[in-house]
Amino acid sequence: MFRRQGDRYVATFAVDEVRVLRKVAAEVVGLLTDGFDHTDPVVGRLFPDAYPDDPAGTAEFRRYTEGDLKTAKIDQAGAVLAALPDSAGGEVRLDAEAAEAWLRALNDARLAMGVRLEIKDGTDLGEELDEAVAEDPTSSRVFQLSVYAYLGYLQESLLNALID
Amino acid sequence: MAAPQVAPVETPDTDEVPVSDRPWVTIVWDDPVNLMTYVTWVLQKLFGYSREKAEKLMLDVHHKGKAVVSTGARERMEHDASQLHAYGLWATVERS
Repeated sequence: MFRRQGDRYVATFAVDEVRVLRKVAAEVVGLLTDGFDHTDPVVGRLFPDAYPDDPAGTAEFRRYTEGDLKTAKIDQAGAVLAALPDSAGGEVRLDAEAAEAWLRALNDARLAMGVRLEIKDGTDLGEELDEAVAEDPTSSRVFQLSVYAYLGYLQESLLNALID
Repeated sequence: MAAPQVAPVETPDTDEVPVSDRPWVTIVWDDPVNLMTYVTWVLQKLFGYSREKAEKLMLDVHHKGKAVVSTGARERMEHDASQLHAYGLWATVERS
């Protein structure tokens, strides 16, 4: 979890955490590049319709904003990949700009996972996880829910360090 | 008393601003993923709102499902919406 050290935001990650963070950041990049598909609900959530009742207005808005938005999202996921240690665990030290890129990238990853996991208002993550474990502790849903919860704690720790 | 049989003469309501002159608004909608503290932080960061104002807007989003976060010309609102999208907030634009 992140803490502030002077003007830097510092966290130490175990090798498993580095692996998970690399994976989720790479998945976001994949979604925004080769896998970019407007019919994917995750893309729909990351690039919301500006005019829900006006497809022509939304298309026009997309024409002017989508390229930059996509580049920004790829760059912020790239900032996560760039700051992580190569393969082993280790320390990550971020300046204020990188910290903000991480915040936005962690948020994008959580939004994407939230759509896939069908997180709803009032979803109790602990309960979801208990149910998934009872069903099959080795399932991908158990893993994904754990990662989603972990990303939330990590994002909150970074946000608290920034606000402090 | 009975209702009058004669339809009232329609008088134009001079207080009403024509649709074309009404400003546009950017709306942020509630979603189940974004952290409340994060939404507050984004609103402070993007719009320079005080913590108090940003928190009130965030709570409106949370409790009422949506809140108007900025008002102005259409181009400006589209800019605001795309900035909010960069931070992962669910924002739309409409005429106020």
